[in-house]
Amino acid sequence: MNDVIMIFGMFVVTFGVRYGSLAITQRMPLSPAVMRALRYVPVAVLTALTIPFIAYRENGLDLSLQNPYWGAGIVTIVCSALTKNLILTIIVGMGAFFLWRMVLGS
Amino acid sequence: MSQTQTRLQVFLLGARDTFPLIVGAIPFGIIFGALAVSNGIHPLTTAGLSLFVFAGSAQFIAVNLVAQYTAVPLIILTTFMVNLRHALYGASIAPHTKHLPQRWLIPLAFWLTDETYAVVVSKWTNAQQTLPHLEWYHLGSSLAMYGNWQLVTWIGILAGSQFQNAEQWGLDFAMAATFLGIVVPAVINRPMLVCAVVAGVVGILANGLPNNSGLMVGAFAGILAGYLVETYLTPSQEQRA
Repeated sequence: MNDVIMIFGMFVVTFGVRYGSLAITQRMPLSPAVMRALRYVPVAVLTALTIPFIAYRENGLDLSLQNPYWGAGIVTIVCSALTKNLILTIIVGMGAFFLWRMVLGS
Repeated sequence: MSQTQTRLQVFLLGARDTFPLIVGAIPFGIIFGALAVSNGIHPLTTAGLSLFVFAGSAQFIAVNLVAQYTAVPLIILTTFMVNLRHALYGASIAPHTKHLPQRWLIPLAFWLTDETYAVVVSKWTNAQQTLPHLEWYHLGSSLAMYGNWQLVTWIGILAGSQFQNAEQWGLDFAMAATFLGIVVPAVINRPMLVCAVVAGVVGILANGLPNNSGLMVGAFAGILAGYLVETYLTPSQEQRA
């Protein structure tokens, strides 16, 4: 039941934004300020989601190299900045993560 | 009305022009399906997300949040936030689709993904282009993306049911790597960098808030910071970089 509510709710907000922007802005265009603010949304949401995810492990905040998520996360960021290639970045990031865990023996 | 190209030809052209982006979506659909089921999400729920929501990054985020036992209302709110970028897409196409009836606007809106937008926006907004029946071009792109996404989701579901413990396999890091690989190339100027740094730092500081709501606090802080830096601290030539 929870799953049905989740899918329905996600459908409503996703379709709502897509349809709302396509149909309603024909009558009421978005203000330039709103358009500018919207450009920051993907970077802000994905960063606020991912950075705490790799920074916090079972024992709390761990920004040391003992934390493979954090260490491999930094490798992933560097690889992405250098190559801008998404698939390559994922492969290198995963490789770094597995190596990190092997070296730490966890 | 010009009949130089039939509706079917234009429809197929839209699908063909979307092909490179479809290839790019294949691994993500597979990873999504595999991650979802290995995090204990029911295969039908996983397939339902692809069928009814059809928003790749929101679907990934939902899996991540479900795995962290996040309450459903917050998952829906996060979906709303991350999909707000689509408002930009709709708003930029809207002036060019005024002539379309609702029976066109509704399905085209439902299928409006990053990929299809990237393909169709230049057609809609380019006054020079001569393709007739652009809505069929848009539909061709949409259905090609949608059909492929359903297929690769199921491939992922079948693959993922072989791995029951996502964390043990490190598959949860695949999601983090995917998001980082999307974010970093999007940081194209100083306001965007400030946005990312503030969102990350505030996200860490606000991590203890109930129901994972620190995510929203971090995201809003990032948007506000980027917007303020762009507005008040950036030379105007950098704004549109």
